[in-house]
Amino acid sequence: MAMTIHVDIVSAEGAIHSGQATMVYASAEVGEVGIAPRHTAFISRLKPGDVRVENEQGEQEHFYVSGGMLEVQPNVVTVLADTAIRAANLDEAAAQEAKRRAEEALAGQQAGFEYAKAQAELAEAIAQLRAIEKLRKTKRS
Amino acid sequence: MAGAKEIRTKIASIKSTQKITSAMEMVAASKMRKAQDRMSASRPYADKMLQVIHHLAQATPEYRHTFMATERPRKRVGYIVVSSDRGLCGGLNSNLFRRLSAEIKEQQAAGVEPVFCAIGSKALGFFKRFGGKVLAQATHLGDTPHIEDLIGTVKVMLDAFEAGEIDAIYVASNEFVNTMTQRPEIRQLVPIAPAEKPEEALPYHWDYIYEPDAHTVLDALLTRYIESLVYQSVVENVACEQAARMVAMKAASDNAGNLIDELQLVYNKARQAAITQEISEIVSGAAAV
Repeated sequence: MAMTIHVDIVSAEGAIHSGQATMVYASAEVGEVGIAPRHTAFISRLKPGDVRVENEQGEQEHFYVSGGMLEVQPNVVTVLADTAIRAANLDEAAAQEAKRRAEEALAGQQAGFEYAKAQAELAEAIAQLRAIEKLRKTKRS
Repeated sequence: MAGAKEIRTKIASIKSTQKITSAMEMVAASKMRKAQDRMSASRPYADKMLQVIHHLAQATPEYRHTFMATERPRKRVGYIVVSSDRGLCGGLNSNLFRRLSAEIKEQQAAGVEPVFCAIGSKALGFFKRFGGKVLAQATHLGDTPHIEDLIGTVKVMLDAFEAGEIDAIYVASNEFVNTMTQRPEIRQLVPIAPAEKPEEALPYHWDYIYEPDAHTVLDALLTRYIESLVYQSVVENVACEQAARMVAMKAASDNAGNLIDELQLVYNKARQAAITQEISEIVSGAAAV
């Protein structure tokens, strides 16, 4: 029997995969990594991309993660997947949005509300598009 | 006969109310089951993350992130208040707010200024009435909250903590004990309390290979960890909301049933009285002829 390593892929909204594998591939921040059983302890951020899990039958399962963390212990691989598209500027935009909403709701002002909301939504959409574009570029290269 | 007619319309209106409440009860029951599933689904992520954080804390004792730093003297503290968006769920929100205002009074007595972050429109409404500085808010998350919706709100608080504007962050939300009981809870989020159980010493020293480096990894991890904790409270609160609504609606349906029974008795009496009166009128009329 081939040596195996336990793989857990979890996201904040639920467990995605759990099982034994002979090899795990993931796109870490500095490049693609392959994890074999008894790999040394290793921790890295993940780029958006594929996580491939090869089981004992030699079949590969693909999971798309939009980023996250990869933790490797000699017998366990843990992928903490993000469910959201994360980028510093996107997070910042979300924070601004949350602040603005609070101020607006407490001030109770309605004037210009629709316009401001539309503007914020537009900004958010643009930021998201930019992130997606970036993701595509990094994937291609 | 006028009294009887009035009672009949009253019974009809209570019956339609009962239909609504029992429908809401059933909807809440099915939603509660789903919310509970989501609650348990989000646990492994936070558990795994906590494991990694403990490993990291052990492996690199020289680097202390601000979130894990020791307590600093408190001048201002932040509360993330998780409530429901809709009412008709019994005393769920008001219990939480009562618990919170007691806590705030205590803090203010100690000279600590509280600031808030509202999740759910009931919390926002509460702060509108109660007063208090609300830094950020997120409402209308629906029955299936997503972590994306919370990132911004949590970041506002974490940024304030890192900038030294607030010295601790708490989460106030309802804890799901069982379907009948939900307990308002206030838990400390940041600084992260050191692990309760002393970790068993590892047989040999080991460390991770970090990519790109320990600080970046730890920063990213801690932010996600805190977000996942807040997400968990939000999901738990949804389960609480549905459970509370189910119980409240069941009580309302039962009350409506009792009311209908009572009114039915009154109605029957009124009807019988009217009939008796009519007969006696006819009889006395016949006797007079």
